Amino acid sequence: MAVVIMVTRGGLKRSGDFYTGGASFSGRQNGFAIAGDYLSAASFLGIVGAVAFYGYDGLLYSVGFFVAWLVALLLVAEPLRNTGRYTMADVISFRVKDRPVRMAAAISTLLVSFFYLLAQMAGAGGLVALLLGISSPVGQNLVIVIVGLLMVAYVLIGGMKGTTWVQMIKAILLIIGVIVMSVWVMARVGFNLSELMQQAIDHVNSVKPGKGEGLLSPMGKYGTNKLGFISLSIALVLGASGLPHVLMRFYTVPTAKEARRSVTWAIVLIGLFYLLTMVLGYGAAWLVGAENIAKMPGGANAAAPALAFELGGTILMALISGVAFATILAVVAGLTITASASFAHDIYNSVIKEGKADPRQELRVARITSIVIGLISIVGGVIANGQNIAFLVSLAFALAASANLPSILYTLYWKRFNTRGALWSIYGGLISGMVLIIFSPAVSGNAAAMFPHAHFAWFPLDNPALVSVPLGFILGWLGSITSSEHNEEKAVEMEVRSLTGAGAGGAIDH
Amino acid sequence: MPSPAHYREVEQSAEFVELRKRFRSFAFPMTVAFLVWYFLYILLSVYATAWMSTRVFGTITIGLIISLLQFVSTFLITWLYIRHANTKLDPLSSKLKADLEADMEGSDL
Repeated sequence: MAVVIMVTRGGLKRSGDFYTGGASFSGRQNGFAIAGDYLSAASFLGIVGAVAFYGYDGLLYSVGFFVAWLVALLLVAEPLRNTGRYTMADVISFRVKDRPVRMAAAISTLLVSFFYLLAQMAGAGGLVALLLGISSPVGQNLVIVIVGLLMVAYVLIGGMKGTTWVQMIKAILLIIGVIVMSVWVMARVGFNLSELMQQAIDHVNSVKPGKGEGLLSPMGKYGTNKLGFISLSIALVLGASGLPHVLMRFYTVPTAKEARRSVTWAIVLIGLFYLLTMVLGYGAAWLVGAENIAKMPGGANAAAPALAFELGGTILMALISGVAFATILAVVAGLTITASASFAHDIYNSVIKEGKADPRQELRVARITSIVIGLISIVGGVIANGQNIAFLVSLAFALAASANLPSILYTLYWKRFNTRGALWSIYGGLISGMVLIIFSPAVSGNAAAMFPHAHFAWFPLDNPALVSVPLGFILGWLGSITSSEHNEEKAVEMEVRSLTGAGAGGAIDH
Repeated sequence: MPSPAHYREVEQSAEFVELRKRFRSFAFPMTVAFLVWYFLYILLSVYATAWMSTRVFGTITIGLIISLLQFVSTFLITWLYIRHANTKLDPLSSKLKADLEADMEGSDL
């Protein structure tokens, strides 16, 4: 909290500063902040737990989350920084009819951010409850309320600058924590990965004879729904570059070159992190044992803190838990600022006020929106408490991949793209994604579903990406070719700007 | 601000055409390549589970090696792209940018 107040002493007078921190961060700083934004509690606690329980299948998640960054590096980060100023909608609405397309992009931003936020809030309840040993629902809900209030405070006081600093510091702490624990685990097996996995297998065999080998084989977890897993993989690898809070991070640097540097730093940090979570996962399977983790409040999510306790007692567990809590706080703050920027800049200023809102007024709306989003996510988090967190996260990734990515790529690389194409692809991806999720086995029809006693699941896959992502791309193409609208002038301008960076604002110095 | 005619002129200039070619001829095939490689990995994990579980040495299986190679290839592609961008793209794009922005002087940017 002190950090936030310190870095923002100068005060925030312009809405642009609130959204982008004045576009003044260096590529390296921003790379740490991207890593801070991306490495959510689902990554840290969820993947360590998944590896501890299912071995190889946990690893499949890491690889998808990581490879996804190449889409951002090769296709999205630099041209996006070159053509936009604050939000994804700035870019998509550049050469089409501004208001309807901006509205669509803003709605999609708000929805994706909201689902992601919900997952983090629900995760916060479970995590802190586990760490503090609070098992009553009232206590957990209280934790969610506190997280929500802290998050709103961060965003209101710090704006993007404060939020970015929180994310950088959190990324550093998280990565140091993971490195320390991994070295500790590896030291016990003479830094031999094969030996570590053998120990984990032996441990499983000692509890459930013959089952240990499962840690090495694929499909221990997903074996029953193969297409469902392929669908999830599509969402993972294509979703990252459509996540609004990730996209917005490309605007906090002054140039495309710095955007490239930040993605490079993010790739190095995120790759290192996911490699080490594998060590922690097998370490937890060996030293703690999946059968013991399963009994803890929080289940698989408890693997990382439980391993910390096994290694370094209460102190290390408290440190790791503190880092995990900071993780959730930083991620929800990043999401809140993205959603409030999109509402204030795209819906309030551009659509309602037709671009004539006074910047101070826009900033006020952004702040009020942060409070409203904070309150909604507290209520949502309380309702979602105890729900399947991985489901909410994959929902956000699937929607990002089907509603946002097609129109971003078409806008940047296809001159023929136009208003109808943009609207069809955004709304088409959004609606098909949502509908397929509602009728998926994740929501109803089995014991693990959100509503285990209802039965309206006619779509067989947990994740809609296999259908909704191609649909988003096809609709964007179909909409464009069936409409004769084409703004050649703007298309040319966009192409030149996206590749050269001419007129890209830079660090704001007016 | 440069006029639409000016943007058009730049867009048709030999230098810009070259810049676009250099960018796309790297980024597009590379994207296809890593996506094919990634989905090959996923499909093998889903449909060739026995083969992927084959031990090569100790507990190190073919699946684990391919997983780690996914990390290696991602780092490698990142490095290749940075090198390509620094040496082949940046000199051209900075020159075009400087030309264009010379015409923006006196404008409100």
